[in-house]
Amino acid sequence: MKAREEKDGLVINGVIRISGYSSILFVVLILFFLLREGLPALTNIPLRSLFSIRWYPIEGYYGILPLIFGSLLITLASTLIALPFGIGTAVYLSEVAPPWLRDLLKPIVEILAGIPSVVLGFIGILVFAPLFRKMLNIPTGLTAFTGAILLAFISIPTIVSVAEDALNTVPHSYRQASLALGATQWQTIWDVTLPAAKTGVLTAVMLGVGRSLGETMAVMMVTGNAPLMPLHLNSLFRPVRTMTATIASEMGEVASGSLHYQVLFFIGITLFLLSLVINITASLVSTKARQRSERLLS
Amino acid sequence: MKAAHLARAKMAQTIGFHLLRLVTLITIIPIIGLVVYIVVKGAPAISWEFLTAAPSNGMREGGIFPAIVGTLYLTLGTALFSVPIGVLAGIYLAEYAQETAFTRIIRIAIINLAGIPSVVYGLFGLGLFVLFLHLGTSILAASLTLSIMTLPVIISTTEGALRSVPNSFRVVSTSLGATRWQTIRRITLPQALPGIITGIILGLERSAGETAPILFTGATFFLPQLPRSPLDATMALPYHIFVISTQIPGMPIQIQYGTVLVLLVFVLGMNLIATLIRSRARAKRQW
Repeated sequence: MKAREEKDGLVINGVIRISGYSSILFVVLILFFLLREGLPALTNIPLRSLFSIRWYPIEGYYGILPLIFGSLLITLASTLIALPFGIGTAVYLSEVAPPWLRDLLKPIVEILAGIPSVVLGFIGILVFAPLFRKMLNIPTGLTAFTGAILLAFISIPTIVSVAEDALNTVPHSYRQASLALGATQWQTIWDVTLPAAKTGVLTAVMLGVGRSLGETMAVMMVTGNAPLMPLHLNSLFRPVRTMTATIASEMGEVASGSLHYQVLFFIGITLFLLSLVINITASLVSTKARQRSERLLS
Repeated sequence: MKAAHLARAKMAQTIGFHLLRLVTLITIIPIIGLVVYIVVKGAPAISWEFLTAAPSNGMREGGIFPAIVGTLYLTLGTALFSVPIGVLAGIYLAEYAQETAFTRIIRIAIINLAGIPSVVYGLFGLGLFVLFLHLGTSILAASLTLSIMTLPVIISTTEGALRSVPNSFRVVSTSLGATRWQTIRRITLPQALPGIITGIILGLERSAGETAPILFTGATFFLPQLPRSPLDATMALPYHIFVISTQIPGMPIQIQYGTVLVLLVFVLGMNLIATLIRSRARAKRQW
């Protein structure tokens, strides 16, 4: 092995190796620059006011709780909406649809994945918001609910493709055994195939949550951007403000190095850590599952 | 008793399948509806002038030429950095890396890069490229930011495409005395090329439609002339859509839909090309 590489010369092997390692470097760089710009917020603002419920930077109120809860509210709502449609579509495509229909529908779902979020936000403003305002008879259509619906759309392609992959990796023999025992196809889906693909489906949902949490433009355009603490159930039908939207809408106007600037980077750190936890958990869950199924099948 | 049980199970299946069909329809129809709606509403705005003239009268008249050119520049700039690094990193993972703890860390880093919210990339680009490296709000800073965001897609599709080349190809090449790099360059890479190109296009498609990462790294509201160097800021289609749909009162609706249509054609066109390359390569594949 070593001798073969030496013949190629150091340059090309070195370049390939360095490129291979580069992802680690980039993650470290991202974390470093977020911390460098954002950590001073912790020393410059008392923790109690940073974790308070009033966000009004012009007057020096930097309470990030309404932003965190705003993000959580619409992420939760959008996941609840996306879950039945995403998993239902995945099950239909993988288990029920005839092959020709699957080949027709899958690219359509992929098209949705390719539509830029600013385009969905645009349609949200012009079509969804007026529609919901009339249907629900509320003062403005730019609400958490409108955001959640758009986010559900944005996360559905992720959920469908990952969950469908998970269902496809369930060995055919499982289904055949179940059918041979007299179970219907429907029973097989619920009692055999889905439980066998459980971890993959869970990964799909987590990645969908990750997409929703990090989505910026569509959310900023349709949620009304009022930093209100969502305390009641009907907060869903009022404007909210997410962490991502706050960064996107305010970073352009602040002086670099100012307190406001530091807090926006601090929110960035929070988002970075949340997405880190979600993605690493998702990947650990799916690696564990793969190892287990390899053991079972070997 | 047993017959009734069976009948009930059959009934449940019929209802269940109809439910799944309904759920799938509710997912699919809005997607088709969205694309058709934008095409219908946007098509009347499209004219030669719209595509080749600069905006005038505070964006309310004229065309979107600078935004189209800006998006092309940003996409090319992103390709310039992300393609070589991404493809080489994919080669490393598929052909060089052993399954060690260190390789696992690389994989976790890639997964992590793929999951970082786009606006956080924007913050990072602002902190590193715009401020620390003094590139300013520029095409270069925005392209670098988008490149890092695009890397995970290119790396993982390159790795996947290389791994799908049968191992016997490598064994034969090596047994004929080829070095590892010769085998990669002459045998595995050409075989995996369609898959790699597909991944590159899909990655660039995503970056072309992104707004949040370029908000504070390279996009600008309005430019009287086209950017003349990579250190100039630029207009871009996604940011332009954001601006004209939220920041400008009395913006003619037709221009808005027209701009959205142009971006949609741009990204879905790339999507279509990628799909065609993939399916043609699959049809031609001999292994």
